[in-house]
Amino acid sequence: MAVPGDLKYTKSHEWVRVDGDVATIGITDHAQSELGDVVFVDLPTPGRMLSAGDSFGTVESVKTVSDLYSPVGGEVTEVNETLGARPEQVNEAPYEGGWLVRVRMADDGELGGLMDANAYESTLEG
Amino acid sequence: MTRKIAFLAGHPAMTYVPHTEDDVRSMLATIGAMSIDDLFIEIPDDLKLKGELNIPDQMDEHQLLGHLRMLSERNLDLSRVACFLGAGMYDRYIPASIGAVISRGEFLTSYTPYQPEVSQGYLQTIYEFQTGIAELYGCEIANASMYDGPTSLAEAAIMGASLQKSNRIAVSACVHPHYREVIHTYCWALGMEVVEMPERDGATDWNAEIGEVGAVVAQYPNFFGVIEDLKAVREAADPAGAKMVVSADPTACGILPPPGSFGADIVTGEGQPLGIPMGFGGPVLGLFACKREYARFIPGRIVGRAKDAQGRLGYTMTLRTREQDIRREKATSNICTNEALMALASTVYMAAVGKNGIRSVAESSVRNAQYTIDQLEKAGAKRKYPNQKVFCEFVVDLGRPAGPVRDALLDRGVLAGLPLGEVDPRRENELLVAVTEVRTKEQIDSFATAMKEVLAR
Amino acid sequence: MITKTQEPLIFEKSVSGRIGCNLPVADTPEVDLSEAVGPVRKEVVWPEIGELDMLRHFTNLSRINYGIEVGFYPLGSCTMKYNPKINERTAGLSGFTNTHPMQPEATAKGFLEVYASCMDILRELTGFDEITMQPVAGAHGEMTCLMIIKAYHESHGEGEKRKYVLCPDSAHGTNPASAARCGYDVKTIPTGADGNTDIAALKAMLNDEVAAFMVTNPSTLGLFEPNISEICRLVHEVGGQVFCDGANMNAMVGTTRPGDHGFDCMHLNLHKTFSTPHGGGGPGCGAIGLKSHLEPFIPGPAIKRGEDGEPYLDRNRPLSVGRVSGFFGQSLMAVRALTYLLAYGKQGMSAISRYSVLNANYVKARLKGVLPAAHDRPCMHECVLTAKEYKKLGVRALDLSKRLIDYGFHPPTNYFPLIVPEAFMIEPTETETKETLDKFCDALIAICEEARSEPDKLHDAPFTAIVGRLDEAAAVKNLDVRWTPASTADVAG
Repeated sequence: MAVPGDLKYTKSHEWVRVDGDVATIGITDHAQSELGDVVFVDLPTPGRMLSAGDSFGTVESVKTVSDLYSPVGGEVTEVNETLGARPEQVNEAPYEGGWLVRVRMADDGELGGLMDANAYESTLEG
Repeated sequence: MTRKIAFLAGHPAMTYVPHTEDDVRSMLATIGAMSIDDLFIEIPDDLKLKGELNIPDQMDEHQLLGHLRMLSERNLDLSRVACFLGAGMYDRYIPASIGAVISRGEFLTSYTPYQPEVSQGYLQTIYEFQTGIAELYGCEIANASMYDGPTSLAEAAIMGASLQKSNRIAVSACVHPHYREVIHTYCWALGMEVVEMPERDGATDWNAEIGEVGAVVAQYPNFFGVIEDLKAVREAADPAGAKMVVSADPTACGILPPPGSFGADIVTGEGQPLGIPMGFGGPVLGLFACKREYARFIPGRIVGRAKDAQGRLGYTMTLRTREQDIRREKATSNICTNEALMALASTVYMAAVGKNGIRSVAESSVRNAQYTIDQLEKAGAKRKYPNQKVFCEFVVDLGRPAGPVRDALLDRGVLAGLPLGEVDPRRENELLVAVTEVRTKEQIDSFATAMKEVLAR
Repeated sequence: MITKTQEPLIFEKSVSGRIGCNLPVADTPEVDLSEAVGPVRKEVVWPEIGELDMLRHFTNLSRINYGIEVGFYPLGSCTMKYNPKINERTAGLSGFTNTHPMQPEATAKGFLEVYASCMDILRELTGFDEITMQPVAGAHGEMTCLMIIKAYHESHGEGEKRKYVLCPDSAHGTNPASAARCGYDVKTIPTGADGNTDIAALKAMLNDEVAAFMVTNPSTLGLFEPNISEICRLVHEVGGQVFCDGANMNAMVGTTRPGDHGFDCMHLNLHKTFSTPHGGGGPGCGAIGLKSHLEPFIPGPAIKRGEDGEPYLDRNRPLSVGRVSGFFGQSLMAVRALTYLLAYGKQGMSAISRYSVLNANYVKARLKGVLPAAHDRPCMHECVLTAKEYKKLGVRALDLSKRLIDYGFHPPTNYFPLIVPEAFMIEPTETETKETLDKFCDALIAICEEARSEPDKLHDAPFTAIVGRLDEAAAVKNLDVRWTPASTADVAG
């Protein structure tokens, strides 16, 4: 399972890529593999305010629905519209084309509570 | 020393349980138990039944048939009278082929097609059913069935309001009273508010002030048989920010423009007229169709088409994540088991009567109803709402309580209809009469003659 | 020639001008349709096909469908027992089928007696004070019970306060879904390592905001909850009600009664326990049983017996939750259930639970070496096994199940309950012979051997069915739920 070194991770298998005060959020390679073929992604409308730990949407495979939890708080600035027509990008490229939302962080201190790649990888082994 | 194996005392010959004493002995040995009683060791002793059950004695097949026949004969078998009673359940012709198909064990004794590889037969019939119902109602898609007309309508109203993120539903006062009751029950449980749109001259006053609601609910034709103006429903729904929800008689849609053609968002109905016996009200069939954009919000099962690895076409339940077994408390509905066998009956009905048959059934009903209206008027029954168009059902005012008239007519071999006082005390003198394609001119003439005699008394 | 082949859609067989039934046509005078009804639609695009070809279509479809009468159907939680033919015969009597729910009450006394007799027997078998049969399916019965509980709390002025319903993590999805339909928030109670309700966790969640606890007994793990009376007492202590999900009543018929365990209400699935056929997923029949304190709230009209023993319709129900379905319930299913109940009678009734429990324990014992039980305890009418050791070989429970199809069996329930990894839930029912169970166990043992020797092969099973595993992801993404004339061309292209 790919676990890129430059990202931050949650226990619930989301990843975060930080660029200034904007956090791009997706689900990990491990998560997409457990889900199987993703057939639908339900995302929030831009402008919605999230707190860290809020459920901001769901990702569905044929026989499961998983809630998505925001690793950080802030305002949703953008969602990945291309997933409407091609949700399979979450499987094919979970860290690239399969990203889910962008959030303008209210407090980048929250990033400190997230795991780095090594720590996340060790949770998968357990 | 041999241990004694304890058998169920007095276990009688019972063909449904095939075990012999040898079977039981050898099975217990494999399990490592001394007796069947030992297998119930986890049930605390004080919770085990002691003594005899206070229920009737066992009956053999011959006795069963005799007993149930005796009970059935305590009902008035409506095939022995001329039935003009409708009000949501209709005495229509049921093609003989339907019973032959739905009694096949491969269909009758299967369950929900969770394993598509061994359920292709049923799944295909459901796909055909969905196609036929969507076509009949003029909608893009239909689901695999609901329990009955009233619960299907209640689910549709709730779905419509949920789509609009609203907690209020407007229901026409001309919707069948039982349907309205079920809507009230469902909405009360969910904490939703139901407002009523009043009746005027047998139809709904669609201009009534209702404020913001999430769904506007109509019946087509309505409870009084009147063909509602569905264009007006659409026009009432839009400014209220509501989805348009219609419960439609499937037979009427054999001839009337379907609700989908008026822009209805969700169309439901009672499928009983499509090849299902009245059977004292159940089992019957809930129909549910809607616009394609709502597919992810539909209650109940939907069958879709897909291919296997070899490119073979097959059918499978789809959009499963809406359902209770996956989404649990966030499911679109709690419905699990639906009315698959009744949907199969309706699919056979659709195939048997076909394009021309559904038209013929609807047309014959209109002819018979129009003739009955004329004859009853001549017999002294006054038509209510004469300015309204009806399909096969209508209200007459008898100028006296309709209940006793119905009873007197029944003595003459005619079940005249529903005395409306039974559902609305203000309508004590009114009778709701339904006329289907199976009524003959002779029966209608006898009805009118008998009515004349009774009203003259 | 007897081969199983795919059938075209009935719409694709349509030829203009054919019809499949000699229908009655009105002999009354013709009318001007537009004058009578207003605008008329052009046509309904339904198939046009002759009667023989129409029957062949459905007969051929039936031959690619699996039912109990085809073979063993051990679908856990669904009680796929034999559906006696005499039930079909009695339910087909004209005095039952040709009866209208709004015909005068005095002319429907036979049906009222069918309902009342059924209710009498179910009352005795469940130990409840009152039965109503208006709910038309199991989930509908659950929801009706919760509505009644809601009305009960409201009558004590506690409607607002009691906002939670508790469900175990092993519950059927219908439990939380039904609770949500009654406006309740759902909280989940964990199951302990022994398979029983975690009583400490339950105690921690109990307070005066709890409306009800929904318990399946025996649990979906196929285990009897030995602490059930204590659980009921604890919930009652905080003023909550306890609902019994009766999906597993088959294990208890004639042996133990939920009403005696302390439950306040329960639902029954007559299509499971009392053999009315499953019909491909319905009609069901969801009778519910209640203790007397909940009786005032049942859906109206209620079928009651008068002092003379004659059944009548009680329409005066001021506290009723209201109607939950159109009429009285699944009347013809009540005829089937009554026929079945009388076929067993007082002498035979306990054979249902005793032999279903025997069969389940036998299957569990025979499969012990290849698929161990999730909990090593005597099971009730079904056993929940785990295929987790095959997951390491890359073989999932579903792969084993799909391979069973090639051996001529319907797969058991997989992946439920959710708390058992790679769950394999087998419910044989009392109506199967030892020979059938042996053949089934032999097949599963052989398949587990295949899983070790050639694991990849199982991913492609089944090999003998009319279709292989379908691309279900594509089915969702390219939603095709109805035929159109254009779709025939698409598929051909």
